[in-house]
Amino acid sequence: MTSHVAALNAAGAQRADGHAQLRFRSQAVAKPYFIAAIGLFFLQIVFGLIMGLQYVIGDFMFPEIPFNVARMVHTNLLIVWLLFGFMGAGYYLIPEESERELYSPKLAIFTFWIFLVAGVLTVVGYLAVPYATLAQMTGNDLLPTMGREFLEQPTITKIGIVAVALSFLFNLSMTILAGRKTSISLVMMLGLWGLAVFFLFSFYNPDNLVMDKYFWWWVVHLWVEGVWELIMGAMLAFVLVKVTGVDREVIEKWLYLIIAMTLITGIIGTGHHYFWIGAPAYWQVLGSAFSALEPIPFFMMTLFAFNMVNKRRREHPNKAAVLWALGCGVMAFLGAGVWGFMHTLAPINYLTHGTQITASHGHMAFYGAYAMVVLTMISYAMPLIRGREANSNASQVVEMWSFWLMTIAMVFITLFLTAAGVLQVWLQRMGDSPMSFMATQDQVAFFYWLREAAGVVFLIGVILYVASFFINKQDN
Amino acid sequence: MFFFLLFLALSYDTVQAIPKQSPKAVMTEQVALGKRVWEVNNCIGCHTLLGEGAYFAPELGNVYQRRGPEFIKAWIQAQPTNAPGRRQMPQFHLSQEELDAVVAFLKYSSEINTNNWPPNIEG
Repeated sequence: MTSHVAALNAAGAQRADGHAQLRFRSQAVAKPYFIAAIGLFFLQIVFGLIMGLQYVIGDFMFPEIPFNVARMVHTNLLIVWLLFGFMGAGYYLIPEESERELYSPKLAIFTFWIFLVAGVLTVVGYLAVPYATLAQMTGNDLLPTMGREFLEQPTITKIGIVAVALSFLFNLSMTILAGRKTSISLVMMLGLWGLAVFFLFSFYNPDNLVMDKYFWWWVVHLWVEGVWELIMGAMLAFVLVKVTGVDREVIEKWLYLIIAMTLITGIIGTGHHYFWIGAPAYWQVLGSAFSALEPIPFFMMTLFAFNMVNKRRREHPNKAAVLWALGCGVMAFLGAGVWGFMHTLAPINYLTHGTQITASHGHMAFYGAYAMVVLTMISYAMPLIRGREANSNASQVVEMWSFWLMTIAMVFITLFLTAAGVLQVWLQRMGDSPMSFMATQDQVAFFYWLREAAGVVFLIGVILYVASFFINKQDN
Repeated sequence: MFFFLLFLALSYDTVQAIPKQSPKAVMTEQVALGKRVWEVNNCIGCHTLLGEGAYFAPELGNVYQRRGPEFIKAWIQAQPTNAPGRRQMPQFHLSQEELDAVVAFLKYSSEINTNNWPPNIEG
């Protein structure tokens, strides 16, 4: 009990009445980034439901929102809201780790508006005009970069993303250079710089399709199975330091082990995308072997989160944030680790490549690793930005409900897509008289309906999540 | 760091090997135009190409063998089918030159040596 009190006192900013202050005022610039992230997350889910319905009612909303447009909006919103989340996390944690105010809060707010306006204009462009018209309007001919999966943004938007990233990295780097350097902040910065550097490959679009695909993965894979994992590890470590009170030295050792394993497995692991796109066959061996090890860093994150919470030296009042951190550890391992491993070996991938198996993995991995780590950070930081160490009990209960609804719904979305995928592989790719793609789709429609139902539950979870921010009643 | 350098070395080797891997896939101006038409109409937003893309509509890496050039052009021109409840492909208003270029691009794609993927003609 005494150590518990001592730990609470050591937390410093905490006052007896539950009010708390940010250690550095400039950390508050994270607030608009987090709000934008949540708003775009909500829209992403709405478009996901539209697409899910189009899988079973093919002409739903056609021609107003064709499937390709809905999908582009769904995936691009995901990327943009996660980037907003990473940026908010960077602006929040780098000053605290560096023990000084942000180099330029004004620049951070200015950058926020640039990014938001560019993002909204791009999505409006997707929805308002045919994609080919958008390409023409934005001068795609001058430097053609559009029309590749996830990199559909007009070239001018891509240039804007680079400018925003540079401004963000400049701001954080100046802060860190003048302040304390910690393992957490250095890993975070390595991840964020890597994110910006690898994005530059989105401007390389050779006519040779194999070359195009080969370097397209330098953005996509080296982001999500490389540098984003560093960002995720740093964010998780930061929150765990705060909510568990475990010695920083212990947490930093874990972080180093995790990022070492990430880089050892993930870089050559890129090869699991090079099996069938016209690259040499040796990638089947290398890609299989290294990517089979990619679950290891994710499993370490699970162990990391649970070990630190078990060894906690304080009871942080923000129970929701602890729940998100633990959930993130588990779901990242399941989604990225287990569901990735399931189809990463070349002989299996030969059958599953480009089916609903891929979609099932993508959904749980993105939710478990990146959506959840951003939600963990928001859950921890937003109450502090709003002047209290934790939200009221009532608010946390609603937030934890939203956690369970979203997480369980995502488990079911993944299971239903996996079932659809197994059936698809069986009907379309195995046996002597394979069915056509469309005939197969009709056969698996039942699972698409179930997926859509799980998606509705997910949406309810998101709505509750948003609602939890408006429950301010203080416990007395 | 070692693994990153190894990755760079392997990538260098791959870039050298890519043309030799697919001697039949010959790049021409028409193929390059076809790739651009493919891109600016966001075909990847519904279809897969060599297994990558969206999973809403058929694989097109081998559609040249599955359907042949004339069918592909006629199909694109006939869209949308407006069959109630069926998945719809938009009308892209492609010129004859663009249609021929898309077909050339899909023929080129089908001639890439993909280590024998997909498992069968259905993609």
